[in-house]
Amino acid sequence: MPHIDVELEKLKTKLLEMWDLVEYQLQSGREAMLQADQELAQQIIKRDRKVNQFDVKIDRMCENFFALFTPVAVDLRMVLAVLKINANLERIGDTAEGIARFAKKLDGPVSEPLLEMTKVVPMYEEAVAMFADCRVAFKTNDPVLAKTLIKRDRALDKIYRKSDGIVTKFMAENPEKISEALAVLSIIKKVERVGDQVTNIAEEIIFYREAKVVKHRQDKKKKKD
Amino acid sequence: MNKKTTKLEAKELNAYYGDFHALKNINIAMEEKNVTAFIGPSGCGKSTFLRTFNRMNDYIDGFRTEGDILLDGRDIYAKDVRVDELRKEVGMVFQKPNPFPKSIFENVVYGLRIQGIKKKAVLEEAAEKSLRRSALWEEVKDKMDKSALALSGGQQQRLCIARALAISPSVLLMDEPASALDPLSTAKIEELIYELKNEYTIVIVTHNMQQAGRVSDHTAFFYMGELVEFSKTKTMFTSPQDNRTQNYITGRFG
Ligand SMILES: Nc1ncnc2c1ncn2[C@@H]1O[C@H](COP(=O)(O)OP(=O)(O)OP(=O)(O)O)[C@@H](O)[C@H]1O
Ligand SMILES: [Mg+2]
Repeated sequence: MPHIDVELEKLKTKLLEMWDLVEYQLQSGREAMLQADQELAQQIIKRDRKVNQFDVKIDRMCENFFALFTPVAVDLRMVLAVLKINANLERIGDTAEGIARFAKKLDGPVSEPLLEMTKVVPMYEEAVAMFADCRVAFKTNDPVLAKTLIKRDRALDKIYRKSDGIVTKFMAENPEKISEALAVLSIIKKVERVGDQVTNIAEEIIFYREAKVVKHRQDKKKKKD
Repeated sequence: MNKKTTKLEAKELNAYYGDFHALKNINIAMEEKNVTAFIGPSGCGKSTFLRTFNRMNDYIDGFRTEGDILLDGRDIYAKDVRVDELRKEVGMVFQKPNPFPKSIFENVVYGLRIQGIKKKAVLEEAAEKSLRRSALWEEVKDKMDKSALALSGGQQQRLCIARALAISPSVLLMDEPASALDPLSTAKIEELIYELKNEYTIVIVTHNMQQAGRVSDHTAFFYMGELVEFSKTKTMFTSPQDNRTQNYITGRFG
């Protein structure tokens, strides 16, 4: 393998390790929410520092790679993608931490009807699944898989858009559960962010593989209609 | 708004050294006051192609071309074209600095002397102007009658550029002009190319990908006598269209 490929492989491996850690953070966040597990929530908050360390490390690796290899073409796009994916992973890490902070506020397990009505659990599961599939798309250089993620994000948006009304109604009917309902609503917002961040990463994968900019396309379409 | 004028053009150009088919059906149009870089593996035909623009290959036994090479829309291989006139329009700088064993001054005005210009004042003015343009004036103005061979490699190369500029060409061909120079001299030559493109159309052969990226507007990638890809340098170095280009510029050839 050429020297440059060895270095690129190292970069990729490091990013995938970070991806694993962030996925674990997200999964734990879901557990912490469902069980109202304060201790677990606290661990997640603490572990975010590890995510940040990955972020710094990968930034530095990219910087060195630019300086020493002056990459062009697919190599250049790869390193640019790694930089941006790294930033997005770091933000997803922050989002997981945020979820943990809301889970920490829960006094006990979230009431079943609230879970049912808001669809927060399937939404959360889909976000984690998208995150995992995105990792596969990056690992296997698969822009087709990446494109499916952009579509899947719409389902999350849909649940998110309905959540306001549902939670308001729930709060009106269960005034004693307002703080619990607010925590769930906040978590839904966070999970919606995860969907957006996965979409950003998917766009970077497409850019890196196909040299096509997919970002901001949506905006253009909207302006047209 | 910015009207683009084609300065140099090759149309269905084929070139042969005897039986060897060195350039294969090349079509390219280079814009005026632009820098075009030629890149490609050793032996792919870059120098051969570059030399067709000032008919430097004419001296080589068995060399022949088919197709057209146009300068300002005129076929430079047409019967009525005088090669010495052509070379006034199309100057050339080589890989290895090749100053003549004469004074710095005589080196710069060499082409003008050949043209029969004798007036000292005219020659001196031309020498200063060319040396200023090639960013060498400050370093040599006090030793114009010293031997050019006493200059450093980087200075010699800038002297050769001054010599090429002195005859006021509109095209400058450079065959790996900085390959034998240290980073500082290289930077000077690159700065110079950047300056010169306001007035000249420049074609530069280089093996240094970063150099192509830094100095050129367009890049042409050659492979085994073929022009594989010709595009904006930005495009070529971020998203080349052909796999052979990608493999070459990322250093993954062969
Ligand atoms: N005078 C010559 N007689 C015969 N063949 C020649 C002659 N000059 C060049 N060639 C052949 O033509 C091909 C192209 O040569 P050319 O010098 O144009 O390559 P190049 O791209 O400039 O290579 P490099 O990067 O090494 O300078 C080569 O295969 C070379 O062997
Ligand atoms: Mg050559």
